[in-house]
Amino acid sequence: MMATRTLPENRILQALEDQDTTVSFDDPLENEMVLNMGPQHPATHGVLRLVIRLDGETILGCVPDLGYLHRGYEKLAENMTYFEYIPHTDRLDYLSPLANNVAYVLAVEKLAGIEAPPRAQYIRVICAELARLASHLVWIGTMAMDVGALTVLLWGFREREKIQDIWDIFTGVRFTTSYTRIGGVVHDMTAESIQATRDFIAQFPQKLGEVERLLLKNRIFIQRCEGVGVVSKEQAIALGMTGPILRASGVQHDLRRDQPYLVYDKLDFDVPVYNDGDSLARFYVRLEEMKQSAKIVTQALDAMPEGPWRTDNPKKVLPYKERVYSKMEELINDFMIVNFGINPPVGECYHAIEGSKGELGFYIVSRGQGSPWRLKIHAPSFCNLQALPLMLKGQMISDVVAIIGSVDPVMGEADK
Amino acid sequence: MKEKLLEKLRSKRNDSILTVEEFRGDVVITVRKNDLPDICRFLRDDPELRFDCLRDVIGVDQYRPEDRFEVVYNLYSLPHNYRFFLKIRVDEAALTVATVSDVWPSAEWYEREVFDMFGIGFEGHRDLRRIYMPEEFEHYPLRKEFPLMGIPGSLPLPQK
Repeated sequence: MMATRTLPENRILQALEDQDTTVSFDDPLENEMVLNMGPQHPATHGVLRLVIRLDGETILGCVPDLGYLHRGYEKLAENMTYFEYIPHTDRLDYLSPLANNVAYVLAVEKLAGIEAPPRAQYIRVICAELARLASHLVWIGTMAMDVGALTVLLWGFREREKIQDIWDIFTGVRFTTSYTRIGGVVHDMTAESIQATRDFIAQFPQKLGEVERLLLKNRIFIQRCEGVGVVSKEQAIALGMTGPILRASGVQHDLRRDQPYLVYDKLDFDVPVYNDGDSLARFYVRLEEMKQSAKIVTQALDAMPEGPWRTDNPKKVLPYKERVYSKMEELINDFMIVNFGINPPVGECYHAIEGSKGELGFYIVSRGQGSPWRLKIHAPSFCNLQALPLMLKGQMISDVVAIIGSVDPVMGEADK
Repeated sequence: MKEKLLEKLRSKRNDSILTVEEFRGDVVITVRKNDLPDICRFLRDDPELRFDCLRDVIGVDQYRPEDRFEVVYNLYSLPHNYRFFLKIRVDEAALTVATVSDVWPSAEWYEREVFDMFGIGFEGHRDLRRIYMPEEFEHYPLRKEFPLMGIPGSLPLPQK
């Protein structure tokens, strides 16, 4: 009856008066419709806005709209010293702040030509892998919740809470850690935090197994993810996808193995690769990755040597705090580094790590000053979101949440 | 891999290579702006190079009288596990670069980002719009003359 309102009034009157007149109405289901999803939609995991063109329930096209969380972190970096920027990296991918800290200091260290002592390198590996676990635990919960399984969200967050308790012990904060320093880490990993990490890793496989059984024996979950949002190997490479969703499309690529940094070349782990390229394959890749991360953390804890956790380089690396308060030289160096920065040599370089979402890299242009001339963040969520229009095309409207969940974007990183 | 890359590039287009720099193991090759699409296609298709991933497009404002801007392409070859950076210089008087989004589709958003932040246009780009800032924003935030605090009145705010 809606369609009659759009007809000219006289034709309706005519139709009412004359029983022989036939009036045909447009079928509303035959028209295309534009649907606005976000930026405040709970299933878009942040402030992602999608403009979707629909034919009935089928998606004809999609235009992602970014920038609702743009805070200008690249501009901010140009106006502060290298040290001052570390807390800002927490706010990029806020689900794995420790991995961002590690990625940033590795780039600065490469630029300045410093290397962290072995103990700090092992601590950083543990940081990065715990961050990957925490991030993937949030992802497994939210993705399962988006397709209707609420229990997994609670179980995932329960496990993540344990990781945050570990962070609380060994970095001092639960969330925005800012734990790494150029040339090392803030403070040593104490026996208490090592024990807490060991306890967590010991019970983690069993808890993950519970989540796995809950989901993989669930027909609704499998059917909603299988064959949805398929990206072929060639498309994944061409669209610049990185991380787990690239490996779910059958591409053998993991920076931890292909271009090893820290001490990953001394650790034994597998890189899970699946060939289907759909939401379910992306689910399997991350699930396997979590098991591998737990394995890496155990190995790193076993192999971690004793020794200093910050390198001795007075012009570039902050001295230990207790010495700053008792020794003149250290006080002067601390003052110089905090106020004028570390002045790395003129040049430009790039360093990337395999973060939880993919290749997280920093391209730094230095002019020999205390602050970077230009700092470019290569944010994996940004690259992965670019594949969203391709994944959504031809799918049903109810698959949107299953696909976004499997891409696992974090808008703090995508919008910088 | 670096030697092979340079040899291949020199045999293809010796005149268009301006500088080759290496710092901390990262190779940056500066080429002539006009030859960019040809070189990119060559880098992607040559069976011995196969730079199949464009990882990022980076704009840099060097703030100098000539060739003020630089655009850096972060190229990665999955088959050879090798990364290098291709750089072009862009003068403020001619602020357009040919797009490479037809060579690597991933360039589409990266180039939009460079356009949004520096105002460098990409000729032949399918959908060159701002990506982070609002469409009606007039300035380019990552240029050096743009102040950190922003420009008062550049964003429409509600009246007091």
